[in-house]
Amino acid sequence: MHLSPDEIIFWQHGFLKLNATIVFTWGLMLLLVIGSKLVTRKLSIGLERSRWQNLLEIVVTGIEKQIEEVGLSQPAKYLAFLGTLFLFIATASLCTIIPGYEPPTGSLSTTLAFALCVLVAVPFFGIEEQGVGSYLSSYVKPTFIMLPFNIISEISRTLALAVRLFGNMMSGAMIIGILLTITPLIFPIFMTILGLLTGMVQAYIFSILAAVYIAAAIRVRKPGTESEQTI
Amino acid sequence: MLIDWFTVAAQVLNFLILVWLMKRFLYKPILHAIDDREKRIAKELANADKKMAEAQKERDEFQHKNDEFDQQYIELMSKAKDEVKVERQRLLDEARQATDALSAMRHEKLRKDAQSLHEAMSLRTQQEVFAIARKVLMDLATASLEERMTEVFTRRLHEMDDQTKTSLAEILKAATDPVLVRSTFDLPVEQRVAIQNALNETFSADIPLRFETAPDRVSGIDLTANGQKVAWNISDYLVSLERSVNELLKDKKIPETKATPVLETKAKLEKPKLETGNP
Repeated sequence: MHLSPDEIIFWQHGFLKLNATIVFTWGLMLLLVIGSKLVTRKLSIGLERSRWQNLLEIVVTGIEKQIEEVGLSQPAKYLAFLGTLFLFIATASLCTIIPGYEPPTGSLSTTLAFALCVLVAVPFFGIEEQGVGSYLSSYVKPTFIMLPFNIISEISRTLALAVRLFGNMMSGAMIIGILLTITPLIFPIFMTILGLLTGMVQAYIFSILAAVYIAAAIRVRKPGTESEQTI
Repeated sequence: MLIDWFTVAAQVLNFLILVWLMKRFLYKPILHAIDDREKRIAKELANADKKMAEAQKERDEFQHKNDEFDQQYIELMSKAKDEVKVERQRLLDEARQATDALSAMRHEKLRKDAQSLHEAMSLRTQQEVFAIARKVLMDLATASLEERMTEVFTRRLHEMDDQTKTSLAEILKAATDPVLVRSTFDLPVEQRVAIQNALNETFSADIPLRFETAPDRVSGIDLTANGQKVAWNISDYLVSLERSVNELLKDKKIPETKATPVLETKAKLEKPKLETGNP
């Protein structure tokens, strides 16, 4: 049993390697992109539209609405980043029902990569919104003493993001693997269903937390709205 | 080691590529479609509002026109009623006038008919009365009547006023032929003498006489000299009566109130006079 799909290596040449994480990520990418392309190939702007278009519209507008509810007044600006996070993680969890599939999110490298992306995205959007100086000054508020704590907070929450998703996905796969050896008939199915639910919840938590971090970064200068998220 | 940094880097790259691809193939088209649809719906709603506003405006306009039409209808109806009333009154007046005129015409015709009948009856009655009178007098005429006539004639000669007498005397004196005395019956000698004497006495001259009999006369004596005539006869009475009746009828024509003809039976008899003049 592999703890992480990173350990399944298909091809390696020196530093370069092609493991299951990357391969399944490409597979998911192809699935998402081709699916999107197929559905959006013939979009209707009338009242009559296809079921798939309807589904995608519900998904996109749902994500947009969630982003807006978090506090981001221009959801379209963050839709691509946050929406892709949610859709990738959700699809990765959903595909666990396919036999032989290893979710890329079960790899700490993947979750860490996503967390690093969030770590970079937060100051990126914050600086874009309020400028470099204003954003950086938020780290020394209310006093200069808070600077190390703010930096630690940034790093710790990024790690928390990565480890939370990795732990949940990996544990789900591990539990199913263990249960298959103990009670191989019925119980793993329930655990798989539970794993689907956990995967969806984790996708939601990951993207919502990313949205909250970004929202905190761009709203920090507004009086009365400053808040530190230390989840 | 759970973290493979190459994989981390690869996954970051993969994620960024995926973000770009998803933005390119999913979010943009979907949001674009939703925006277009929203725009279209907004446009349709705006059009609907515009059409509704236009419809409301047209409805108001129609309502206004309808009200105006109703008002005009009421006014025209009222005017038409008034005109009909006036026209009805006019036609009634005309009909009444026509009826009156027709009635008057009919009355006039009736009156004329009655008058014609009256005149015809009067004329006929007159003719009959005179015919009867003539017949009766002719039947009654006898010698004694002639004698009586002679007496009356002679008395009348004596009773003549002076002016008549003078003018008659002149005529008789100037006459070259004998004076003609005509009677219905042949006068006896005594009466002829009486007439001769009366004339002689009256005019104090010897007047030659020539006696003649005229059976077509009713009864009476007349004297003709030099174109002048002195006469007394019943025929003159009748003529006088006829004239009197005619004058009476003529007078009655003027007031003309009764449609039914009334025969006037009472005739005023004019007293015959000795007349002088051309026969």
